[in-house]
Amino acid sequence: MPDPNVEMIRYLDADGTPVQDLPDFARQRDTLVDLYAAMVRTRAFDAKAVALQRTGRLGTYGSSLGQEAIGIGVASVMLAEDVFIPSFREHGAQMMRGVSMEELFLYWGGDERGNDFAAPLARRDFPVCVPVGSQFPQAAGVALALVQKGARGVAVAVAGDGATSKGDFYEAMNMVGVWQLPAVFVINNNQWAISLRRQDQTAAETLAQKSVAAGIPGVVVDGNDVIAVRQVTAQALSRARAGPGGTLIECVTYRLGDHTTSDDASRYREDEEVSPHWRQEPVLRLRNHLVAAHGWSKDEEEALLRESNDSVDKAAEVYLATQPDRPRAMFEHMFAQMPTELAQQAGDVADD
Amino acid sequence: MTEMTMIEAIRTALARAMDDDPDVILMGEDVGINGGVFRATDGLIQRFGASRVRDTPLSETAIAGVAVGAAVQGLRPVAEIQFMGFLYPAIDQLANHAARFRNRTRGRLTCPMVLRAPYGGGIGAPEHHSESMEAMLAHIPGLRVVSPSSPAKAYGLLLAAIRDPDPVVFLEPKRLYRAGSETVTDDGAALPLDTAFRLREGADLTIVGWGAMLSEVNEAADQLAGEGISAEVIDLATLKPYDRAMVRASVEKTGRCVIVHEAPLTAGFGAEIAADLAEHSLTSLLAPVHRVTGYDTVMPYPRLEAHYMPSTERILKAARAVMEFQ
Ligand SMILES: Cc1ncc(C[n+]2csc(CCOP(=O)(O)OP(=O)(O)O)c2C)c(N)n1
Ligand SMILES: [Mg+2]
Repeated sequence: MPDPNVEMIRYLDADGTPVQDLPDFARQRDTLVDLYAAMVRTRAFDAKAVALQRTGRLGTYGSSLGQEAIGIGVASVMLAEDVFIPSFREHGAQMMRGVSMEELFLYWGGDERGNDFAAPLARRDFPVCVPVGSQFPQAAGVALALVQKGARGVAVAVAGDGATSKGDFYEAMNMVGVWQLPAVFVINNNQWAISLRRQDQTAAETLAQKSVAAGIPGVVVDGNDVIAVRQVTAQALSRARAGPGGTLIECVTYRLGDHTTSDDASRYREDEEVSPHWRQEPVLRLRNHLVAAHGWSKDEEEALLRESNDSVDKAAEVYLATQPDRPRAMFEHMFAQMPTELAQQAGDVADD
Repeated sequence: MTEMTMIEAIRTALARAMDDDPDVILMGEDVGINGGVFRATDGLIQRFGASRVRDTPLSETAIAGVAVGAAVQGLRPVAEIQFMGFLYPAIDQLANHAARFRNRTRGRLTCPMVLRAPYGGGIGAPEHHSESMEAMLAHIPGLRVVSPSSPAKAYGLLLAAIRDPDPVVFLEPKRLYRAGSETVTDDGAALPLDTAFRLREGADLTIVGWGAMLSEVNEAADQLAGEGISAEVIDLATLKPYDRAMVRASVEKTGRCVIVHEAPLTAGFGAEIAADLAEHSLTSLLAPVHRVTGYDTVMPYPRLEAHYMPSTERILKAARAVMEFQ
């Protein structure tokens, strides 16, 4: 594994030009188109979600604008036996795991049913984790369960740069190291934790470096290069599957938008600071590569955009037409058997 | 004298405390340049500098623990936990340390810190952003737990909390942050801690509440007045230690009591009040004490939130039940 202090793994530069030999999968047009389509769809989903929130039809929402390559790269190499344990910003990865857009809209619209993933692939995946960083110890526990049960799956958790300041993160990595657990911890380093800059989050030179103390490998990867994210994740997953344990992957990217729809980033950063990062963003990068290396055409591009927007619009319509759950549902999922006293309380509430 | 919202009153109190005492420092996530996610600290970093208004890394354990250490060594830290739902890791520092320093050193070391946190539902916030877990904190011996119900209360009680020689958890009902304004005089006058406020005199029943629920309580009291029922309304303000004398005296006068809180029913703070009345005021009671509370459920996501929040109607129903009790 490369030195987490110095090297950042990258295959495509900002213009989409390869800077080293591409891995096999990245020479296949179809594979690249699939990755590209997933990122485009994620961007369309984000745009719709923000628009719905702005018109009062969705709750607070955190867009993954500019960070699509991370979730897509990671989820694209996960297998059915793996378990995904995401932060609140990995909509693209969740969709790749089979979570439907309707479910995502429901969740972000304030409806618990959005967490009841129907897709077999996502059936054992965790819902998003809102308390930052608290998913890492759980991921270690997931990995433990997989090992004890003789499964070959890997626990894959994603969180932000801010999450690396939590004790949860260190404690979990330490456990993964000691017990050699099959867990991959992915950091979406988008350079911001709301208004806090990455350099004010930690004095460590890289976030990947934090793995050193836990005795597990750490890798820094260009998080705007979906090929690099996928390749590094694939290596970490096979390492975990083969036995020697976990890996920390720092994906370096940039949060192009506000933290969430409740945030106003202009309070703490200038547009001039953001604009250079638009040149680095992952969707454009892969499109440039597809055009140059695989003759991706204007027609194909337009068809993809149309298709993505249509599927997002359809999902939004289904979501908007979904009536809120029955109020009593809030009581019905507290315990396997509803205790008598809870049933009495439920009697207070209308059942429709 | 200025009209202020609660968030403005909090900001004004913080600034006043920092002006008065150079040992007062602020810390928390996004409290600096961003002014806090609710803007409670807006403009304070510009005014008092980055050494007194500190943006912290994302680490609630460290926010609380650093506040403990700094307080024990003579600073007056006012630390912010961005939402109460993220306060749980800080409970280790509060329960095992902040609340015990004075006792375990027999007064040699003390911990005059304030931990502020927005709490409560009703604004359609995402999950983990709407809970009311004040009873957990009130259960910790050695902590003061305070929750204001209006801008003026927020101003005066926060100043009192900061000046208090012991640790105070200051829970801000975020539903009220911008819900209305009132006249607040920035005169540096603190309100007393450990003292409840009688918001309305009444003869027939006592309604006890705190924080945001006082809106519904006052609404209910208005409607009851229209029905010829005179309700006395008590704003507890400090939950720990609470003004038992005022609540007992009121209930001994009216003979009836309804307690209202947003937090779940079981082992909620209302249980403490009801038990105290059972022990001390039983012979004055003309009806059983009623509680109107949240349910013993996980706080529902926004689409069902309104069904969880105690409504004016539920308070009225309880009030009529105690009035009709034979
Ligand atoms: C434990 C905890 N503290 C505070 C918050 C409030 N909050 C939500 S997101 C966030 C910043 C997260 O930054 P980062 O980990 O970098 O993830 P990003 O949002 O940038 O994807 C904060 C402080 C929270 N959700 N959980
Ligand atoms: Mg971040």
